[in-house]
Amino acid sequence: MKYSDYYAALGVERGASQDEIKKAYRRLAQKYHPDVSKEPEAEARFKEIAEAYQTLKDPEKRAAYDELGRRPQGEDFRPPPDWARQHAGGEQFSFDDMDFSDLFSRFGGARGAGPFARGNSSMPGEDFEVPAEISIEDAFSGTTLNLQLSMPEYDANGGIRRVPHLVKARIAPGAVDGQRLRLPGKGGKGFNGGRAGDLYLDITLKPHRLYRATGHDLYVDLPLAPWEAALGASVEVPTPGGAVNLKVRPGTSSGQKLRLTGRGLPKPRGGAGDLYAVAQIVVPQELSERERELYGELQGASQSNPRGNLESA
Amino acid sequence: MSLEPEVLWLDEQRVVSLAELVDLSGLTQEEVLELVHGGALPVREMRGTICTFSAQVISVARTATRLRDELELDMAGLGVALRLLERVRGLEDEIARLRALLPRS
Repeated sequence: MKYSDYYAALGVERGASQDEIKKAYRRLAQKYHPDVSKEPEAEARFKEIAEAYQTLKDPEKRAAYDELGRRPQGEDFRPPPDWARQHAGGEQFSFDDMDFSDLFSRFGGARGAGPFARGNSSMPGEDFEVPAEISIEDAFSGTTLNLQLSMPEYDANGGIRRVPHLVKARIAPGAVDGQRLRLPGKGGKGFNGGRAGDLYLDITLKPHRLYRATGHDLYVDLPLAPWEAALGASVEVPTPGGAVNLKVRPGTSSGQKLRLTGRGLPKPRGGAGDLYAVAQIVVPQELSERERELYGELQGASQSNPRGNLESA
Repeated sequence: MSLEPEVLWLDEQRVVSLAELVDLSGLTQEEVLELVHGGALPVREMRGTICTFSAQVISVARTATRLRDELELDMAGLGVALRLLERVRGLEDEIARLRALLPRS
């Protein structure tokens, strides 16, 4: 396991009072709580802060932590035999598959506050919430996610071990950004017959080369040549279900949205969003002699004034 | 290894009772009702003692539990935080919709 410097995580001295520790935690928690923070790495930072506070706020756990001595952050570490004898229930206790944080959460197991100490009483397993990123193609057709999770589980002594779990979740078509899914009983295992926790998936859509999604609607840029926009055209537009022909009306302007009803992402309980092709008039960067001639002719013949609305009355 | 577990969509079509919401969120019944009365948890139907919610509310209620436990917010603070988070979510959705209209290049 890797040593964590809990005092450094909270930005306090090792001799800090309980009140100073609490204040430091509150200040940092407000800044990094993943439900409210937009700071980069907020979730990982909050996890460190919360883990440090869980141990340092409890005088008994803090004393045991202090007994481990001061070490560099992230140093490979194993509790010394004396410490194991005193706090973990014996020198033979195995620290394999344990995180540093598990060391202190199992405390009650040996000392009287955790599930083991509650005799035969059961404890429900922990719920987990994990982000799951899927592609727009997956949202359209559905997909199966293979989630590799490391979940803390109670061992027979009421201690906690990290156990790898592979959870296979079939996601039906129609899951879009912000959709949450619940997998009952797929969270952490309960202790002593307690029910298993749930797994929650928080779906986000990966950015796509062509499409931009908002809810079940999709937007795609539709480049048009100036003459296609002016004269109208029939053009092929990509959609997740396959390319379709779209009639562009004469006089189409840049930025105009052309709707393809029901060609967006399917909705989970029937129906589908729309796909909007957003017209972008693309002017040739280099003109041949002939093209220059024709544009010149057009300039002379056209009555159109694109800046008419800027002229004062 | 688990095979094909049940996957429940937490959307507006799925209905949960007050008891289920309490069970899934970790809030107490009193806390849920206080947040309902303060307008921070939208209720689907309230008839006498019967109170139902759309399953989307489960995520909001679980957020409330995390904020209560991890930021040590009281009920008044929780209500304000949930309403502000909802406003932020609405504005983020609106920004995403407007960004989708912008050409990629």
